[in-house]
Amino acid sequence: MGISSFKGFRRENGRVGIRNHVVILPVDDISNAACEAVAGNIKGTLALPHAYGRLQFGEDLELFFRTMIGTGANPNVAACVVIGIEPGWTQRIVDGIAKTGKPVTGFSIERHGDIKTIAAASIKAKEYVHWASELQREDCGIDELYISVKCGESDTTTGLGSCPAVGNVIDKTVAQGSTASFGETSELTGGEHIVKSKAATPQIAEAFMKVWSSYTEMIFKEKTDDLSESQPTKGNIRGGLTTIEEKALGNIEKLGKKTKFVGVLKPAEAPSGKGLWFMDTSSAAAEAITLWAASGAVVHLFPTGQGNVIGNPIEPVIKLSANPVTCSTMSEHIDLDVSAILRGEMSVDQAGDKLLEMMVRTCNGRLTAAEVLGHREFVLTKLYRSA
Amino acid sequence: MKEFLMHDAKDGVGVAVVDIKAGQEVQGVALHGQAAPRVKALMEIPLGHKIALRDFQPGDTIIKYGCDIGKVVAPIKTGEHVHVHNLKTKRW
Repeated sequence: MGISSFKGFRRENGRVGIRNHVVILPVDDISNAACEAVAGNIKGTLALPHAYGRLQFGEDLELFFRTMIGTGANPNVAACVVIGIEPGWTQRIVDGIAKTGKPVTGFSIERHGDIKTIAAASIKAKEYVHWASELQREDCGIDELYISVKCGESDTTTGLGSCPAVGNVIDKTVAQGSTASFGETSELTGGEHIVKSKAATPQIAEAFMKVWSSYTEMIFKEKTDDLSESQPTKGNIRGGLTTIEEKALGNIEKLGKKTKFVGVLKPAEAPSGKGLWFMDTSSAAAEAITLWAASGAVVHLFPTGQGNVIGNPIEPVIKLSANPVTCSTMSEHIDLDVSAILRGEMSVDQAGDKLLEMMVRTCNGRLTAAEVLGHREFVLTKLYRSA
Repeated sequence: MKEFLMHDAKDGVGVAVVDIKAGQEVQGVALHGQAAPRVKALMEIPLGHKIALRDFQPGDTIIKYGCDIGKVVAPIKTGEHVHVHNLKTKRW
């Protein structure tokens, strides 16, 4: 397939985005109200309320900062207003985002109150919206894209059709120099030996196995049953998937046939080079895509079987399905119907070309089903209880 | 139009790509061109669910994608529905 360019937004640090958001980012749960008020005042801004940011510590706090800074730094974000209860952690996030060179300003609520903070932040947000609205799309190469992939509410049709279509796009885009990432650590269980064999070097294979084993140990420590109805989910089982092994073997079809992965990322960690990367993530869709967006991914390919309706506020989520029932009963959620694969009327390679075309249209500005329907799931991954 | 698909020639189950009725003779096709068996469905198999392509006994392993997807926990006859009532994970 000959697609090699699209129209994107090239940011101050050279990274390429496909959206042009002005984000109002709360540092903590108690600053959500002020952020939502600013977003209410200033049209064209996007508040990202979330549940955490207080009394976190250790590795959990590091992940929190990596996620918040990464979200603001994502190339789909043109400019960012940060609001926190106190100035210390607010400034840490502002400083992290400022390294990209994009406009960012922080506001803190203590010694001002919500109302004065909202007024000051609204004036800055208005300035940012005027500025961002004049930025122009320009020609960008497929090699400048960072793509994330994850499936949800899978069934047996995802392993037959939609996941192989994503794998076909991974093979085609990574060969052209794109960056890509897969994850869902627990959901590789039963196919971990295949993932291991797709590592570019023995050292990367060992690094992957260490992360996978650690996640599995956590599940064994916390589990109270055989995880039936959790992994696979009730929806997976309704769709015909029986065991985690069967689910994993369908899932890893997304990795492609030829592509080897070149490294292992911590949750929300940005890749340090091109190629396909494994990221240690939960298999829950909103948590995982929030981590990828924070690592800088600008477009997500999401195969679904039974019809997961997930979206992300800053990273467009393109949904495809090979399940004819889902494509007909939930058509408003599906960007690409590949159910013809099940009828033997479409090859995986043809489905990959159609998905690549849909991805480029999305990069050029076409809104996804999830964007049009207002799905903005922004969910932070929490490693343990706060202090 | 075939009624079920197989991922790999070694697979002991097929995936229904239409709703299969009890008593229906169904034909499969393998994804990579291998021959797929013709079997008689002994019960309804909804679209996306698995049909047994041979008999299994408790303790047997079921192969799909050419890989182990779990252990059989109740006898299964060729043409029966394979799901959570007769197949369990070996992992957790």
